[in-house]
Amino acid sequence: MPNILYAGQTYTCEGQSVLDCLTAQGISIPSSCRAGSCQTCLMCAVSGTLPELSQRGLKPTLVVQHYFKACSCYPETDLEVQLPNTALGKFDAQVVSLDALNDEIIGVRLRPISPFPYQAGQFINLYQNDSTARCYSLASVPSIDDTLHLHVRRVPNGVVSNWIADQLKVGDTVAISAASGDCFYVAGQAAPNMLLIGTGSGLAPLYGIVRDALQQGHQGDISLYHGSTQVSGLYLVEALRNLAQAHPNFHYTPCVSDETPPADYRHGMVLDVVLKDLPDLKGYRVFLCGNPNMVKAAQQEAFFAGASLRDIFADPF
Amino acid sequence: MSLYEEIGGEAAVNAAVDIFYRKVLRDTSINHFFADVDMVRQAAKQKAFLTMAFGGPHSYTGEDMRKGHAHLVARGLNDSHFDAVMENIAATLTELNVPANLIAQAAAIAESTRNDVLGK
Repeated sequence: MPNILYAGQTYTCEGQSVLDCLTAQGISIPSSCRAGSCQTCLMCAVSGTLPELSQRGLKPTLVVQHYFKACSCYPETDLEVQLPNTALGKFDAQVVSLDALNDEIIGVRLRPISPFPYQAGQFINLYQNDSTARCYSLASVPSIDDTLHLHVRRVPNGVVSNWIADQLKVGDTVAISAASGDCFYVAGQAAPNMLLIGTGSGLAPLYGIVRDALQQGHQGDISLYHGSTQVSGLYLVEALRNLAQAHPNFHYTPCVSDETPPADYRHGMVLDVVLKDLPDLKGYRVFLCGNPNMVKAAQQEAFFAGASLRDIFADPF
Repeated sequence: MSLYEEIGGEAAVNAAVDIFYRKVLRDTSINHFFADVDMVRQAAKQKAFLTMAFGGPHSYTGEDMRKGHAHLVARGLNDSHFDAVMENIAATLTELNVPANLIAQAAAIAESTRNDVLGK
């Protein structure tokens, strides 16, 4: 009889789903359809083998992180499970460098002191102290970069971003959370075209995902659009132009909305420029990050333009 | 063979959910009910609903349907909106070349939730 380990307790699962087993013990697990469709009862396996049925229909990024539907999971062997995003441990990391990427965005490089598994495009929490932390996306790629790269925008009156900008020094040790998030490149799907849209420091995860995809030999087109109100709000422009020169299937389009930019930039809101260039997004994998209004509008427009919702990945920050 | 199997099972639901949800979001008679919802979560709910309408596995009760839509009824959800959803289901299945007799069966299942959805 397989056992389920949850929150330090062991429960015997007798021909039941994980959901039924845990709720029968009075444990509250969110659920709705209880038939494998709605994904309200998503849980995450820490160890053990998940039956195929329990992951059917999930986004590939959730599958590789061992997420499963508790209502459809009839375990055949012991399983250790948790609710998503609980029990994320803390790691110590050393500040390796702090560099201005433009007037308001600082590139922070951190070297974790212990092994730190992550996917390019996921995010971490950076702790100022035990009770104050902010989320930052990872712009680095595990197989390319030996440090973690963050793009920190100095937010007016922002507690953590101003602490990073004004007080953090090379050599300091900071605490970070484990990486999480399902906005990343999944290997083994080299064919589909990819569209990535970011504003401001929302470029960070996209820069990681693009380089990860290229490193893994992605065959389809990869189109990155980065938007800002001013030319001065963009960054990594030269690095991205060079990357596009080196990879014929990578296309980089910097967009500026509020001033008339030089000829090698596009003028307009980033989403408008995208829809003009790529009116048909059927079959595309779409990654969105940055201003929440842009992300929300882009999610809907990409869906209307033919992208499947399963293939749209969004981080609204 | 069950209706669910005849329509094409989970693959048919997966094909239908994007088409159906696009229609719903473009339908100005009902899309205001979806203005502030998380699209991904909503799509999962649409999938569960279509699975049920296609005669597939579900364990929704009438009470679930009442509770799940009560906040929308409070915002004015009525028969005309339910009719619009029914039309969008039929149009989705037609677009997927599902035979008319199967569409009629799916429509009957969806129709059976009307009073619970509308809190009557």
